Amino acid sequence: MPPEAEVGDHWNRIMGYTFNFTPVWQSLPDLLRGLGLGLGLALASLAVGMALGLAVAFGMVSRQGGLRRLASGYVTFLRNIPLLLLIYFAFLGLPQLGIRLDKYTAFAGSLTLYGAAYMAEIFRGGLQAVPHGVVEAGRAIGLRPLQIKLYLILPILFRTTRPALGNAYISLFKDTSLAAAIAVPELTFQARKLNLETFRIVETWLVTSLLYVLTAVAIANLLRYLDWRANRREGRTAP
Amino acid sequence: MSAGFATELAVNAPRLAMALSQTVMLSLAGAALGTLLGVPLGVVMFRSRLPLRLLLALYVDLVRGTPVLVLILASYYIVPLIGPNLSASLAGVIALGLFCSAQVAEITRGSLLAVDRGQTEAALSIGLRFHQILLYVLAPQALRIGLPAWVNTLIETVKGSSLLLVIGATELMLATQQIIARNHMSIQFFAVAGLLYFAVDYALERLGRRIEKRLTFER
Repeated sequence: MPPEAEVGDHWNRIMGYTFNFTPVWQSLPDLLRGLGLGLGLALASLAVGMALGLAVAFGMVSRQGGLRRLASGYVTFLRNIPLLLLIYFAFLGLPQLGIRLDKYTAFAGSLTLYGAAYMAEIFRGGLQAVPHGVVEAGRAIGLRPLQIKLYLILPILFRTTRPALGNAYISLFKDTSLAAAIAVPELTFQARKLNLETFRIVETWLVTSLLYVLTAVAIANLLRYLDWRANRREGRTAP
Repeated sequence: MSAGFATELAVNAPRLAMALSQTVMLSLAGAALGTLLGVPLGVVMFRSRLPLRLLLALYVDLVRGTPVLVLILASYYIVPLIGPNLSASLAGVIALGLFCSAQVAEITRGSLLAVDRGQTEAALSIGLRFHQILLYVLAPQALRIGLPAWVNTLIETVKGSSLLLVIGATELMLATQQIIARNHMSIQFFAVAGLLYFAVDYALERLGRRIEKRLTFER
């Protein structure tokens, strides 16, 4: 049995568990480094996934049946399998074919493919919401199809889907926790290490959870601010 | 090689079927726990006064903002502090249940809020009490609104259950890894596992669509 707690120390005890946050604070730099790595991985996946997702979305609304089925099939398949499976496939399965990816590439690649499916769904909704009159107007002034896409559809698309893309980024950031499964030293991996080294179980997971939540809240607020500023700017420049 | 795969698949088929059923059972248990917790939570959040509502919103946001893997690991390490000798599967079900409860609470609250206010006013004017309004007026309409999102949560839970391999709970992902450890056919058996997950989730997705179609009002 542990010795009787000192006077004034009883606030640290709940249901027989003595809280001691010191080891967790000492490892905070590791945790924060892990957090930063997660944010970076999510950002990389967002950037590449957006490009891929956009291409898939154009495929989904294409008039060519084969292309449309291929794009929809990609989205349906990827949205209905666990991300972890994709990660293992890339990291443990591909070497069988002679393709060896390091764990960072394997993870970022998997997250990109996975994120692309979600973003394709967002972009598809945005594409269908672009008023047809805009496309007709573009044709009327003699723009070619690619020009219509680049100069008319894309600016509208990014404006309408901006909030949804922000949510996708937060979601990707949360998904970076799965990188711990292939020993990428991001936040969850660091937390697990800290947990096993210090056995400050409750403290470790409480702080980790809070770090994830606070980061997600911070990103959400930052995006809301950027959105508000962009709206104001666009409002001012509009004729 | 393909002949080898066929025999391996035949040999491991019962194991995979067993693991798939374990995945489904764990997900269903998590979803059941989450729904039992989440629906009352959502109703209280819809109805209660500010301090309680803020407290519950804090719980929901904390759970929703935390990755499922972190919930699973936390539950795995924290549950033994409460009672020793509890299995990894139980810790997993608790984690999935927590995840679900927050989602379901949000869905419940949102669906109740989405019911037209006039419905409550009409019910009040004919003298119904709150529990009567909830049961006979709000619940049937909120169910229509919230059910598709609930099916979505079910899909997310099945996908989340794949993370339980990290704590060693027996389910499809762990079984796949163990099979691969023995026969080194990683590509083939990850693909098989992918197809099995896809089959379950796609069936759920279709079910959700059908429910959505049947329940939405004709316009």
